Amino acid sequence: MPADFAADTAPGSTKPDAVLTVDGVFRKFGGLRAVDVAHLEVQRGTITSLIGPNGAGKTTLFNLLTGFDKPDGGEWHLDGGTLVGIASYQVARRGMVRTFQLTKSLARLTVLENVLLGAPDQPGERLSRALFGGWAAKEATNTEKAFSLLDQFGLTDKRDDYAGSLSGGQRKLLEMARALMVDPAVIMLDEPMAGVNPALTQDLLHHVKALRDEQGKTVVFIEHDMDVVMDISDWVVCLAEGAVISEGPPEHVSTDERVIDAYLGSTHGDHA
Amino acid sequence: MDVGKILIDGLRAAVGVPAAAFAVSAVGLNLQFGYTGLLNFGHVGSMLLGAYGLAITVDLGGPMWLGVVAGIGAAVLFGLALGYPTLRLRADFLAITTIAASEILRLVFRSEFARPLTGGVFGIQSFADGFFALNPYPDGVYGLGTFRFDERQLWVMTLGWLLVGLGLAATRRLVYSPWGRTLKAVREDEDATASLGKNVFLIKLQSLMLGGAIGALGGMVLAIDQQNVNPDFFQPIVTFYVYTIVIMGGAATITGPVIGAVLFWFLFEAMDGFVGAAVELGWLGPWFDSTDVGPIRFAVFGLGLMLLMIFRPQGILGSREELMIDAR
Repeated sequence: MPADFAADTAPGSTKPDAVLTVDGVFRKFGGLRAVDVAHLEVQRGTITSLIGPNGAGKTTLFNLLTGFDKPDGGEWHLDGGTLVGIASYQVARRGMVRTFQLTKSLARLTVLENVLLGAPDQPGERLSRALFGGWAAKEATNTEKAFSLLDQFGLTDKRDDYAGSLSGGQRKLLEMARALMVDPAVIMLDEPMAGVNPALTQDLLHHVKALRDEQGKTVVFIEHDMDVVMDISDWVVCLAEGAVISEGPPEHVSTDERVIDAYLGSTHGDHA
Repeated sequence: MDVGKILIDGLRAAVGVPAAAFAVSAVGLNLQFGYTGLLNFGHVGSMLLGAYGLAITVDLGGPMWLGVVAGIGAAVLFGLALGYPTLRLRADFLAITTIAASEILRLVFRSEFARPLTGGVFGIQSFADGFFALNPYPDGVYGLGTFRFDERQLWVMTLGWLLVGLGLAATRRLVYSPWGRTLKAVREDEDATASLGKNVFLIKLQSLMLGGAIGALGGMVLAIDQQNVNPDFFQPIVTFYVYTIVIMGGAATITGPVIGAVLFWFLFEAMDGFVGAAVELGWLGPWFDSTDVGPIRFAVFGLGLMLLMIFRPQGILGSREELMIDAR
């Protein structure tokens, strides 16, 4: 059930209901403009893939948008509110949560604790409340929510294990469950399929689709595997040398000359 | 060699005031290092501020309770001053800054220009009379044989172990709370914690300040016991004693720091007796005499610590499973 919306396919085109808009965001590393996005909009409730050859600036753009790195200029808005100069943890609280290319599971916390950590508005995270009480009720409802997420991601059996004991694929699942616990409007997945064994890939894909279809989330994700991109994306944005060179539905982008040039012009991976 | 006496001396130290004081201090460091993963190498600075906060306040004519507040307040501010500029940077910066800052504190407190306030190299004495005036124990000696304490020691021990109990209760409450969970999350991965909407900087700062306040209480107990504060007690090595205690007992366990402190002082004292007797009996040959007892004791202690790291790196209470987890 791909989301249906009409937008033209020029790079930087406007969308009917953009949840995230990016304007003139650029980041220089020395003389190199690693990211230089003139304009980009992400349609609400879609799965938007960010593709591009290695070094195109995909992860850097993620870092900039989520407050993990600061751009040298430009602005971007989530649901109309500016995110310029907003710290990473505040970006998450405003409804945009990201995961990491190299999974960052909190190894010596249990799987359940990992997920519970994602819960927003737990008063017991304030030192005074932690000491004097008044957080148990919230923790109980959070735990219920965490159980249902763990169930959804097939991690129920593992909930009391240390996250560090999980396999690579399970960690990716855990990261997704944890991010959902924050209840974000936009979820940014940085290569969720990387390093996952093929049997789990289908499972992960199913979960990513469920984020959109069942939870109504907007998903932006970075992916290298073109089969995956073609399979699940509603919209594909291609970056090269930091700039958006093409965007549109998957079949449009996959036949776009500029995209093919960008990939062939760089070190060639296993792209279709 | 009187093995019985050596063991009893060790036992005496294990329940004595320094063990209690270091246990309190270790509870604070455990919060910072064990649970939050902060490499605070200036923990002795908090102990110094606790001790001097009390001593200076009373010396200036203030009541003891105000001295306690001043000592804790100073240590909290010390944590803030150290943490604010460094906690946004990589962990190494905190380590370097804290070890330097604790030395700066010591050197300033012992300097000539600070003498009107701190007593310089002579320190401050007799500021805990108010505490001893409240002593409920009648004059006398309590205990059996060489395992004895007078009423003053007993009173300070009561205070010290009471604080240990409070510290453990507070730690327990905190680490099992959502706040405690954020501490551990920060220790595991700061970026992941931030990505879930947690203010990593604030969490680290709170941990540093709270741990410092607890460290200050440990310093106060030591100062009260001696009725004396002297800057040269608060050398960087004291920080590393506390680290030894935390690691030996088991970092990031609730009672580990206390077990560590008890064991540390038992071994420290028993070793002193043993090495002293061994030298006297000529077991160490003609190369060592009684002036070498101190250094040998430290060398053996270091060896013990190395063996502990090799064979039980998680400490006495720590879980090996937890330590062996691949923390990618």
